[in-house]
Amino acid sequence: MAPSLPTVQPDDVTMAEKAPHGGSFDAGNAIAPQPALFDYLLRLGDDSLILGQRLTEWCGHAPALEIDLSLANIGLDLIGQATLFLNLAGEIEDQRRDGDKLAFHRDVLAFRNCLLVEQPNGDFAQTIARQFLFSTVQLGLFEGLARSSEPRIAEIAAKAVKEVRYHADLSADWVIRLGDGTEESCRRMTEGLDWFWRFVDEMFDVDDVERSLIEAGIACDRGSLRVAFDARVQQVLRDASLSLPEYPRAVRGGRVGHHSEHLGHLLATMQFLPRTYPDAVW
Amino acid sequence: MSRDWPLWEVFIRSKGGLSHKHVGSIHAPDAELAVRHARDVYTRRMEGVSLWVVRSSDIVASDPEQAGPMFEPAESKIYRHPTFYDIPDVVTHI
Repeated sequence: MAPSLPTVQPDDVTMAEKAPHGGSFDAGNAIAPQPALFDYLLRLGDDSLILGQRLTEWCGHAPALEIDLSLANIGLDLIGQATLFLNLAGEIEDQRRDGDKLAFHRDVLAFRNCLLVEQPNGDFAQTIARQFLFSTVQLGLFEGLARSSEPRIAEIAAKAVKEVRYHADLSADWVIRLGDGTEESCRRMTEGLDWFWRFVDEMFDVDDVERSLIEAGIACDRGSLRVAFDARVQQVLRDASLSLPEYPRAVRGGRVGHHSEHLGHLLATMQFLPRTYPDAVW
Repeated sequence: MSRDWPLWEVFIRSKGGLSHKHVGSIHAPDAELAVRHARDVYTRRMEGVSLWVVRSSDIVASDPEQAGPMFEPAESKIYRHPTFYDIPDVVTHI
């Protein structure tokens, strides 16, 4: 089986020629509006998928074997959640795309994850900062989604919430130990939280896509999770003898496909094999 | 990093009613993280329902040099084995 080097298919060319800007990169509104529920499931699935992929980058590189396994375990939990959400998204879309197809054959502009999850790992403290912020938000979100009026979402969230509680507790434990540790660990933990703080607000944004689903009782209102999140972060930072980061300007855009350059590099690694060898099986 | 961390012995109860069994050891900076590390390293495939961790340095062990006087005297005392009883099939884990 020879690698099919350029992945541009004849269909892609026809589609590009019909597009308003001749298919030029990121011009105009290239992506057609999608049903809200499909979009919402992509947001849930892509958050887990991209952070899961990021965490697997630690495999074999973590500071200790025990941490290597901790991070890989969290990564695998997240990829498991992504599989369930993206498979359901494919079912809702009904265009014969399953979770694998959505994960490995979608381009960067069609990804709906928040910007926080696609940021590089940095050092261990930075990875822990990202995990603590993300898992703390995700815990509240999944607790809400476990009561969703869409039973398939409620079922996934109810299963995942146990995993996420462990992720949130483990990362909080590490924030406290690094913050309250040596001078160097405290400096790194502070820098990690400072860096990721700008990506926090986006995780609580509610737009029209989600508003209609919240009214239908399907989605969880992210805005309502903020108070509990702030209280938890303050509590952990107090135990860690750290102060709350000062607000740099919040960065947003992931939910509408405006990503940082890091996501493209991540996808290149993640998608290379299934795109180069589309018929490959385990 | 793990060189700076103390060693902990890990014990797992595989299911309710059974006793905890030693499965190996891990490094961790403190007791709470030792339990987390033990969970992450040794229970990834549903190996257990309960975990114990004990600082390796807190375990008092018999002296291997003294294995002779310690254990050999029991060797010739076959009457101490309860092999002369029929155990009903329903009684397991003996």
